[in-house]
Amino acid sequence: MLVLSGLLVVVLGFAFRVNPLLVVTVAGLVTGLTGGLGLLTTLTTLGHAFTESRYVAIVWLVLPVIGLLERAGLKERAREVVTGMQRATAGRVLLAYLALRQVTAALGLVSLGGHPQMVRPLIAPMAEGAAERDVRDIDDATRHLVRAHAAAVDNIGVFFGEDIFIAIGSILLIKGVMEQAGIIVLPTRLAVWAIPTAIAAFVIHGARLLLLDRRLAARNAGAGAA
Amino acid sequence: MITLEFLYRLMGILTGAAAVINLRDGTNPNRLSNALFWGLWAISFLFGTYLPDLASGALILGMVAVATARGVRAGTGDSTTAAERIESARRWGNRLFLPALAVPVLTLLANASIGHITIDGMPLVQPRQVTLVALGLATLLSLAIGMLMLRPPAWAPLAEARRLLDAVGWAAMLPQLLAALGAVFAAAGVGAVVSTLAGAWIPSGAPLLSVAAYTVGMALLTMLMGNAFAAFPVMTLGIALPLLVTGLHGDPTIIAAIGMLSGFCGTLMTPMAANFNIVPVALLDLPDRYSVIRVQVPTALMLLAVNTALLYFLAFPR
Repeated sequence: MLVLSGLLVVVLGFAFRVNPLLVVTVAGLVTGLTGGLGLLTTLTTLGHAFTESRYVAIVWLVLPVIGLLERAGLKERAREVVTGMQRATAGRVLLAYLALRQVTAALGLVSLGGHPQMVRPLIAPMAEGAAERDVRDIDDATRHLVRAHAAAVDNIGVFFGEDIFIAIGSILLIKGVMEQAGIIVLPTRLAVWAIPTAIAAFVIHGARLLLLDRRLAARNAGAGAA
Repeated sequence: MITLEFLYRLMGILTGAAAVINLRDGTNPNRLSNALFWGLWAISFLFGTYLPDLASGALILGMVAVATARGVRAGTGDSTTAAERIESARRWGNRLFLPALAVPVLTLLANASIGHITIDGMPLVQPRQVTLVALGLATLLSLAIGMLMLRPPAWAPLAEARRLLDAVGWAAMLPQLLAALGAVFAAAGVGAVVSTLAGAWIPSGAPLLSVAAYTVGMALLTMLMGNAFAAFPVMTLGIALPLLVTGLHGDPTIIAAIGMLSGFCGTLMTPMAANFNIVPVALLDLPDRYSVIRVQVPTALMLLAVNTALLYFLAFPR
């Protein structure tokens, strides 16, 4: 039971908005100590796992090329492309990206997306550009809302698309865990049963994106009335 | 043979350069702590394989101390002015998208091909690391395309990477630290304790309650652990198999598939899934740390309800 105090540290730390690096490190130390590992062994375990997990940071290798393109005006270009298309509202741009991300993830093309590669340089500026064009005197809160939506679409699209592909990590994990329990499940059937949720995700989040457009339009009307 | 070690060297160069450029940047009042943070991470990338694990643990403590006490903050900002960038955007037009889209396309191509290349019977790439090596090679090739096309000064890629790293700040390292935390959880037996607790706690009552215990439990435990993969074995072996499969004769395939997707609903709602929910906050320069989570919560809760209903209506014989 005591070994769960690390989880408590996590909950409290995030609730009180302590620096997440500190929260996670303290949670690790507390878990090790209450789990009876001792301070040095805990630190060694943490250090070993950190070194072994360096692959998680490989995504940042994309920064030089993204930075180079931003320097040459990539974000400005992404903005311009959308601003020229009157029908491309913020919500519709994001809806199109949601569909693209879900479909490509379902085909196993999970790497066609991601926050550093796609959202920051392309999708977020496109959505924000459209909102700028459509909302008069747009304020920072509205800009931030649109950007947060751009990040969310990438997550929702990939989460509820990837499980339709049979060779993705989560399907293989399900198969492995069930096999340990003596139950054989077929990846193709698992993938088929991910489809209803995928459709629901598209309908629910798609509707929310269209509502976002209406909210943006309402801000305009409100500004006009005032 | 190309292994992850090659990519770690590249990351070492990237973070090392960020440290050196910060150190020489008189305009950034935070330059010393930035340099220290990226420098310590560079040591881990370049020498982590050979360092004793205790030393790596000390590196973590150093980075966390710097980030907590002084922070990692961006300096003066952009290397080109807004007017210059708009002018450049006009000049290059849609060709600017080419190197950016080359990253995912080349990743896919490399992913499909480099696993099959052998030199003197030796595979070119360590077979289990093909996906990550493909990503690394694709970024290098895309950078080459960008350099040939735009012909910027030679220092530009590293200077720009440093600008972006500073903008992302300590959040860049959080996903890796969370992965390490998962390993400590496993070593200390956290999953086993949660599993016993879950099994003892959930009464076998009405079918809908048992179904909800599994789907909501998957989401909650995923929120605590930071990813659905860690929660899935615990909740599935602890709740789904005894209650839903053995007890109610549900179809294990449907239960497991929808159970995992219920976990994904939890992923959308937790700062512990930092690479999805906290890193983009830094990348998009949002003032509120939880703004992406806030946008995702309504969709996540509605989908969790849908998953619970789907499982209840589809998985059991009627």
